[in-house]
Amino acid sequence: MTRPHLVHPRHVQNMMYIVLSLMAAVVVLPVLGLLAYMMIKGLAGLNPDLFLKGSQALLPAMVGTLYLVLLTAAIAAPIGIAAAVYLSEYAHRGILVRLIRLAIINLAGVPSVVHGLFGLALFVMMLKFGRCLLSGAATMALLVLPLIISASEEALRQVPQRLRDGSLALGATRWQTIRRVVLPNALPGIMTGLILSISRAAGETAPILFTAAFLSLTNPYPESLFDEILALPYQLFVMTSEMPSVPAETKWATAFVLVVLVLGLNIGAILWRTHLRRAKRW
Amino acid sequence: MSALPSAVGRTLTQTGEDGSQSAGQSVAEEAFLPTCEEVPCAPNILRPEGEIKLEARSLNMYYGSFQALRNVSMAIPERRITALIGPSGCGKSSFLRCFNRMNDMIDGFRLEGDVLLEGNDIYRRDLDLAYLRKRVGMVFQAPNPFPMSIYDNIAYGPRLHGRPDRSELDQIVEQSLRQAALWDEVKDKLRQSALGLSGGQQQRLCIARVLAVQPEVLLMDEPASALDPTATFHIEELMLQLMEHYTIVIVTHNMYQASRVSQYTGFFLMGELVEFGHTEQIFETPRDKRTDDYIRGRFG
Repeated sequence: MTRPHLVHPRHVQNMMYIVLSLMAAVVVLPVLGLLAYMMIKGLAGLNPDLFLKGSQALLPAMVGTLYLVLLTAAIAAPIGIAAAVYLSEYAHRGILVRLIRLAIINLAGVPSVVHGLFGLALFVMMLKFGRCLLSGAATMALLVLPLIISASEEALRQVPQRLRDGSLALGATRWQTIRRVVLPNALPGIMTGLILSISRAAGETAPILFTAAFLSLTNPYPESLFDEILALPYQLFVMTSEMPSVPAETKWATAFVLVVLVLGLNIGAILWRTHLRRAKRW
Repeated sequence: MSALPSAVGRTLTQTGEDGSQSAGQSVAEEAFLPTCEEVPCAPNILRPEGEIKLEARSLNMYYGSFQALRNVSMAIPERRITALIGPSGCGKSSFLRCFNRMNDMIDGFRLEGDVLLEGNDIYRRDLDLAYLRKRVGMVFQAPNPFPMSIYDNIAYGPRLHGRPDRSELDQIVEQSLRQAALWDEVKDKLRQSALGLSGGQQQRLCIARVLAVQPEVLLMDEPASALDPTATFHIEELMLQLMEHYTIVIVTHNMYQASRVSQYTGFFLMGELVEFGHTEQIFETPRDKRTDDYIRGRFG
């Protein structure tokens, strides 16, 4: 005779269901609370003047952030995707590959302010780019590179081996196989990495602190890669820490615009990814 | 039909740089076709009459420390269907993949001995792998159409090897699909995804895809094992038609399939080629007790 359970498994099951769903709710609530609070506070401060007038005008900062994000993606995407293709399709298991992976993991673990300092030393001073859009984007690219590489590698791994075999067996070279079969099928997953890195780049302050961002500019819109930029997160940072005279609603409104911009970028990229996925399936 | 007697265990010299072999083939058959004194071979290994398309000589194959093939020698006749049977893990698929070098990418893969296509070593250093695989096509166990349209699947191979124009491609696609007995079923939906086809249609699509690069040899690795009996029947019918133009080597778990479609059968056991001969002989009067046991379902 086996002894009976102290508590019936069905009751344990019910209890665990309640505990687990509560935990999930605990995660969601602060996010919703934050968004709601920011909307209430921020919407009050939103008005057309906020975007165009004064030294805290949002429009130049939005444009600056957009430029920064696009240039970051333009620098990081080719390098990151190429590295992922090498690691997943070409490299054999060996010391070199292990070193590269170790470097990527470590790069991902470096605090963003250190990236900023490194960018200052390398791009601004050593390469003499100066404080500018290019230096900022290059620094930001270093920050998001590990994200892009690991997401792309994962996406490449998801492409079934039998498709590669089918292509190679028809006499395709490795590159032809990558170009015509592997990459097109990995594209949606690679896009996910890009989306993540873009929204990360839009929100980060530290990497551009010393490399690209200015608050007050005589010419608010950059005209070349070597102009300084305004950026939303930096503007919010300076506004909050050094400008007590700016009303609280303006700060919340700025935060609100930043979040909407990042969410907008994310949603846009997700829609694009869904479109790619659907196009692939006909 | 003649079973060759056991031979002395002499290893062959490298044949890679030897262009005279294939040249001499038509002139003096004797010079090319090795006798048992030249090739070490086990008893009960038949050397088929007629033109030999593919040949393995004293193959030893390793994955790391595991030996997948043990001293396998086999000559595969042109425009015939040769079946390779044996229990799982006996090395028959590994052997098949030697002929288009699909094992090369596997970590720890090592090969001793020679693999010849029309007398030329296909493991020589300066070999153009793409050209080899264009001549020696392969159909896999599970249908593996690319996630593209039916048309683009068939056009994939020709586009790899050149830049055919629109009308050439149209012609290749139609011809290949007809050869694979699929044209009537798909001619109205060439632009639709190949993934929408049934399993049996997908496998015939994969066969058509290989035929589109105009190979000489078709390697088929259990091409019907994932299919239902009707689809299997279609594939077997198709193979018998294709035999007219192609040398076909098929690996199969299904002994009935081997006896239905092939003219020659080889039985593998634990990396060893136990017996090779005419299909009726293998199934009706096997010479080796192990073949007999396997055919009668006593193991495997």
